[in-house]
Formats: sequence, structure tokens, C-alpha cells
Amino acid sequence: MPMSMNERPLSPHLQIYKLELPMVLSGLHRISGIALSVGSILLVAWILSAVHSAEAFAGMNSFLRSYVGQFVLFGWTFSLIHHSVNGVRHLIWDTGRLLEVDQINSSSKIVLAIVIVLTLLAWILAGGFPGGGA
Amino acid sequence: MKYRNPLSIARGLGSSKDGLGHWWMQRLTAIALVPLVFWFALSIIALAGQDRAHVLTWMQSPFHGVVLSLFLVTSLYHANLGLQAVFEDYIQARWLQLSSRITAGFAAVFLGFTGVFALLRLVFGG
Repeated sequence: MPMSMNERPLSPHLQIYKLELPMVLSGLHRISGIALSVGSILLVAWILSAVHSAEAFAGMNSFLRSYVGQFVLFGWTFSLIHHSVNGVRHLIWDTGRLLEVDQINSSSKIVLAIVIVLTLLAWILAGGFPGGGA
Repeated sequence: MKYRNPLSIARGLGSSKDGLGHWWMQRLTAIALVPLVFWFALSIIALAGQDRAHVLTWMQSPFHGVVLSLFLVTSLYHANLGLQAVFEDYIQARWLQLSSRITAGFAAVFLGFTGVFALLRLVFGG
């Protein structure tokens, strides 16, 4: 790194700021996006296992039923719902609406509430998701 | 002698040169994904606990087969755009940033072709 880079003023680091809900949701948006990108490997693997053979599909389901599999699936569910609900808020922001600070604070609480309810609802309705054998 | 006026040169060219295209495609795929994710979530809930024959019948139906392909391709496109922004934000070394972007792009294309090929093979046999 050249010397001149070191002398430049830096913007305050993340830990300087008080943690607020909109920041947390913003961070989660990016984290859930990365998780979903990696999770698309799982989606393709699930499609391939179903198409390939009964043994492959059973193997995939037994992985999804394991502790690791259930953790991954719950993370997948939460990520998909959070990224989608918060993504809709991003689309609304793109039209120039709801950009005042108090609106962002209140919409953050609404987004969080919807995400928690939908995640739990989806998890209960899908019952941990994996199907039977053949 | 310049034949292009400054506006036509500037139009669509931010500091990242092709940033508007990235921004626009990210929004377009996001809008497409709103109904697709809604369909996907309902489908997964309906498929939960079902056996392989049921899942294959679902994948083979013209509507669900096509929409599943659309969901896969659209979400991979959207994921690739998002990952590109993440790499640009956090990876300083130019060669590593570029190779990460290229790797993610190849992976997205590979996953998309593999998934759609499997669905086509299921429907058309072989």
C-alpha cells in the first residue's frame, strides 16, 4: 500500500455507531443474499437428486432431516423470506417513497414482524420440509 | 471531429461505466422474483413430506416445470449481480476481485444449465 493511502482520513468504522434496527436489517439483507446464493447449490442438488434416482432422493432427504440439514433449511427459509420482504421495501424506496428517518424506523419494525411471522409460519406448515422415500 | 454529443456519451455511464445496466437488471429480476418466490414458498410447503413420485409429477407439469426453471434462472442471475457488488465492496486486490466475479458467474451459469437440463431430461426422457 502506498504511503499516501495511509494519510487519508477514514470514515468512521462500523462499531462507532449505535446499533439500530435499520442497520441490522440492512446487514441481514446482504448476508441473506449471500446465503441464498450459496443455497442455490442446494436447490439444484435437490432437483438433481429427485430426477436422478430414488436412492439419491432418499439420500438428499436424510441429509435435510439431519441436524446440519435442518439448520441449513431453517437458515434458507429465513434468508428467502427476509431477503424477499426487505427486498420489496427496497423496491418501494427505489420509487422515492418511505425514505424519511421515522418512516424507515417504523417500516423496519414492520418488516421484522412480517419476517418473523412468515418464517415461523412457513416452518410450521412445511414441517421441516423433507419428503418420504421412493 | 466528434459525432456523438456529450449526453449520448454520458447516458448510462456512471463512474463504474456500466453501472446503470447492473442497477436496472437487479431491479428487473427483483420484480420478477416477487411472484416467483411467492409461488416457490407455497410449492415447497405443498411438497413437504411428499414422496419422490409426487415431486416428479410436480416437476413434470408444464406450469410448475416452466416456473421452476424461471425461478432458478432468474434467482441465479439476481444472485450473480448481488455477489458482484459484494466482491467489489470487500475485495481490494483487482485480480482477486475479478477472478471471484468470473468464478461466481461461471458457477451461476453451470447451476442454471444443470438444473434446467435435469428438468428437460425428466420431461423428454433419455
